[in-house]
Amino acid sequence: MAQYLILIYEDEAQYATATPEVLGEVMQAHNDFAAQVEQHGAKLLGGNALQSTGTATSVRGGSEVTDGPFVETKEALGGYYLVEAPDLDSALAVGKLCPARFGGVEVRPVMTFD
Amino acid sequence: MTDASAVAAAVADAHRREWAFVLAATVRVTRDIDVAEECVQDAFATALTDWRRTGIPARPGAWLTTTARRRALNVLRHRGVEHRYLPLLVEEDTVPGPADLADDRPGGAEIPDDRLRLIVTCCHPSLDRSAQVALTLRLMCGLSTAEVARAFLVSEPTMAARITRAKKKIAVARIPYRVPSADELPARVDAVLAVIHLLFTTGHTTPAGEELVRRDLVERSIELGRMLRRLLPRDPAVAGLLALLLLTDARRETRTGPDGRLLLLEEQDRSRWDGRAIAEGAALVRESLRARPPSPYALQAAIAAVHAESPTWDDTDWHEIVALYGVLTQVWPSPVVALNRAVAVGFACGAAAGLAALDALAAEPQLAGYGYLPAARADFLRRLGRVEEARDAYAEALLLTENAVEREFLASRLRTLGTGPP
Repeated sequence: MAQYLILIYEDEAQYATATPEVLGEVMQAHNDFAAQVEQHGAKLLGGNALQSTGTATSVRGGSEVTDGPFVETKEALGGYYLVEAPDLDSALAVGKLCPARFGGVEVRPVMTFD
Repeated sequence: MTDASAVAAAVADAHRREWAFVLAATVRVTRDIDVAEECVQDAFATALTDWRRTGIPARPGAWLTTTARRRALNVLRHRGVEHRYLPLLVEEDTVPGPADLADDRPGGAEIPDDRLRLIVTCCHPSLDRSAQVALTLRLMCGLSTAEVARAFLVSEPTMAARITRAKKKIAVARIPYRVPSADELPARVDAVLAVIHLLFTTGHTTPAGEELVRRDLVERSIELGRMLRRLLPRDPAVAGLLALLLLTDARRETRTGPDGRLLLLEEQDRSRWDGRAIAEGAALVRESLRARPPSPYALQAAIAAVHAESPTWDDTDWHEIVALYGVLTQVWPSPVVALNRAVAVGFACGAAAGLAALDALAAEPQLAGYGYLPAARADFLRRLGRVEEARDAYAEALLLTENAVEREFLASRLRTLGTGPP
């Protein structure tokens, strides 16, 4: 088994203007997702939603502090899941399942040191 | 002692026919592509000397596989885990053991055919197309990095970096070394077919350069098509692709004249088309068209078959071709397909109808900068006697074409139209 981080990149502007119904659907989709992960031979180890990039502060080179995300992009990192899966096919199946209606996800293997 | 040149020829032949089989079986033992490649190369080198002494074995592939796998077990035994900088490939089977060398016995038990595993791994959707193509040539065809680089007109260090990155991703991201489940298989086979088709088209009309056909790529792609057909004999999309390759390649000898000039289908000497390839391709077309809906490859092959089986240019059944392009645009909505259909309409219903069909595609953004569109317009305008406009269209096509042989064709057409009044 290996661990993968599923990074969720979405257009924040869409969330800023979304109706309460849409936000409710998104919440429901994430709950459904969590319930389905194990059907793909994987296990959900953790995950979080992040506050918007408007709240981010970056520190470069250990000293220079700037207001904002490290990289400005239209689709910004807005949350992540940590999953355990036997292989990339299983992790990608979970990635396809992961809700991201205003963007998409990136699946990255977690480095192991042994 | 067996004659050295006979042994060299047998080893070269085995390299071409058996490389993928031997490597795929060895990867299963090493679960590490680089180590497997080294061991397989060693096995071929050993064959050069051993076969002089022992004679050429009855089943060279089995001999090479046994030798490579025995070498792999030795390497793994002497090389502790501390040397392992990449994780092992994921496989559903557990740790390899002595049972994997069961074919050691003279005569040998059947070695499992792992080539399908290897090729779907090379063409995994998480690798980009250029990486899939490079890995396929390297691992399935046994081409050196230098040869793969030459085939795609990139520098050797660039290609080496591309192959290294892809292999590392397979190991680190744990792309599994296995045949996908029945429900995933069609999509995964589609990726393999796309890679083989890309190899063929790159070889068939090289995007740039002096020679129209890069023969080695064409032959490798047909060999891969045949291999896949043996591995998946009931897959109609596989049959369709192999048919398309065979039927297109059957015209290879007649596509250029003695002076290297491009010859149109209309001008080609049909008696020199490869009749055996056409018969084989046509039989595969019939089989592949049974699928519902038929695959894009099967439909393209069916169009190629209409041409191939037509005794002369004038006998070409253009209405049948237009109809097949109509079905093709449904299963594969692509402006390039629509362009080909428009050209066929021109032959079926006259140049004016063809020109109208082409002009309907003028605003298609995907065709902007595509040299075949102005080239096709130029031809219909020329047939309609609209010389001035034809000349402009040929000039535009010339600007957009890089292949030297195709450029010369367009330039000669432009010359025959003369300079005319300004």
